[in-house]
Amino acid sequence: MPPHDHASKQYDEELDAIRSRVLRMGGLVENQIRAAIAALVERNVDQLARIDAEDHLVNAFEVGIDQDCANIIARRQPTAVDLRMLMGISKIVTDLERSGDEAAKIARMSAAIYRNELRRVPCVGEIREMGEIAVGMLRAVLDAFVRQDAAAAALIVREDLEIDAKFQGIMRQLVTYMMEDPRTISTSLEIMFIAKAVERMGDHAKNTAEQVIYIVRGTDVRHVTIDQLEREAMGGSLGLGEEASY
Amino acid sequence: MTNDSPDAALRRQIAVKNFNFYYGKYHALKNVNLEVFKERVTAFIGPSGCGKSTLLRTFNRMYDLYPDQRTEGEILLDDKNILDRGVDLNELRAKIGMVFQKPTPFPMSIYDNIAFGIGLHERLSRVDLDERIEWALQKAALWDEVKDKLKQSGMGLSGGQQQRLCIARGIAIKPEVLLLDEPTSALDPISTMRIEELLHELKREFTIVIVTHNMQQAARVSDFTAYMYLGELIEFGVTDEIFVKPKKKQTEDYITGRFG
Repeated sequence: MPPHDHASKQYDEELDAIRSRVLRMGGLVENQIRAAIAALVERNVDQLARIDAEDHLVNAFEVGIDQDCANIIARRQPTAVDLRMLMGISKIVTDLERSGDEAAKIARMSAAIYRNELRRVPCVGEIREMGEIAVGMLRAVLDAFVRQDAAAAALIVREDLEIDAKFQGIMRQLVTYMMEDPRTISTSLEIMFIAKAVERMGDHAKNTAEQVIYIVRGTDVRHVTIDQLEREAMGGSLGLGEEASY
Repeated sequence: MTNDSPDAALRRQIAVKNFNFYYGKYHALKNVNLEVFKERVTAFIGPSGCGKSTLLRTFNRMYDLYPDQRTEGEILLDDKNILDRGVDLNELRAKIGMVFQKPTPFPMSIYDNIAFGIGLHERLSRVDLDERIEWALQKAALWDEVKDKLKQSGMGLSGGQQQRLCIARGIAIKPEVLLLDEPTSALDPISTMRIEELLHELKREFTIVIVTHNMQQAARVSDFTAYMYLGELIEFGVTDEIFVKPKKKQTEDYITGRFG
């Protein structure tokens, strides 16, 4: 958190309100992802349908928060960390919304699988593991956002590599599976898309982490190497004492 | 930003070096080091009493009018120290013009308001004088509004027009630098916008230094911003950097409104 308050209390309240709205949206997306993967594992068709139907709640958050950002920019002409916060939030809600879309997509594809396929479905356990990492990343990044912790955000970027590796593993396994028994191709492809959706959730959490670093440090780390990103997040050019340490 | 980039081919116009300024015992400016670049707009911001107007006024030695003042250090204009005793103040003020907070038209015609200033510095033929006055009024974006009433009193113009008349008067002597001390604080938003627009035009030919209480104005019009506090220069840099990613905590607190 920025160390002290604005001379305008109202302005503080507006910024606090928008931050807490982002957190509520993040919580909703987290629940959607968790529920989608649980329903895939448990073959809970009713829950799958409910998740798809509730995606519009996530969309409404995105639109509402972006509107709030535009309003504050118009009325307050924010600068420095406040400006970066609003720019960052506007991008973060896009990534959260897309993660919500991925959860809905998982729900729809899982429902399609269970309409046709009642036998064993491959790689569900691996997808559950990937999903746990993705949910963990989302939680951690929202936490880093609240605490304005660039170092914690940098750790999340590294975690995305783990999800990517797991996705590659699932791909290899599915290819073997399809070669052994071509009748499984249709289900395997659905599973592959589901795995891809989880992998994308990791990417969205990583993007969000990059925005947290931008908000805190003022440096755009979207297209730099992970080593550079970590240096920036740890404070690279900013020293101690007189220099900003937010 | 009208110039491609604020640091494209930067040429130094004014250099302030280890500058201290005292009013009697009061140490008003403390070891200020700063450069003002040619054909760029530099804004001084900071809370009341931070020394921004005092610093501006040293550039054309307006402070000579204050009793019991004293300076240390150097202010170089084109590599000559303007603080030297031998400096001809009329010559200096011909190079560095100034516009104040409240429009200060002289109680004479629009034409004479401008002719008066020119007359202090050079002798022009009637034809050249007419031409110069039209040029200045054009530059100050006032010509179209006053060309049919040049003989009328400057006092009859609106506040925004009066301020543009003062700017025309300031640039009519073709200075190198134009100093503006809160030039829009007495104006309505539309007149303010016109003056800001004018600054964008004028910086093609002049170096501009502006003191403003309106932070957003500094953000809109300047290429470089200096943040001052209690007589010290806290941070100086490219305006985009100062307003998006200031280096100093104190600057950030001030520009985000956490000051106080």
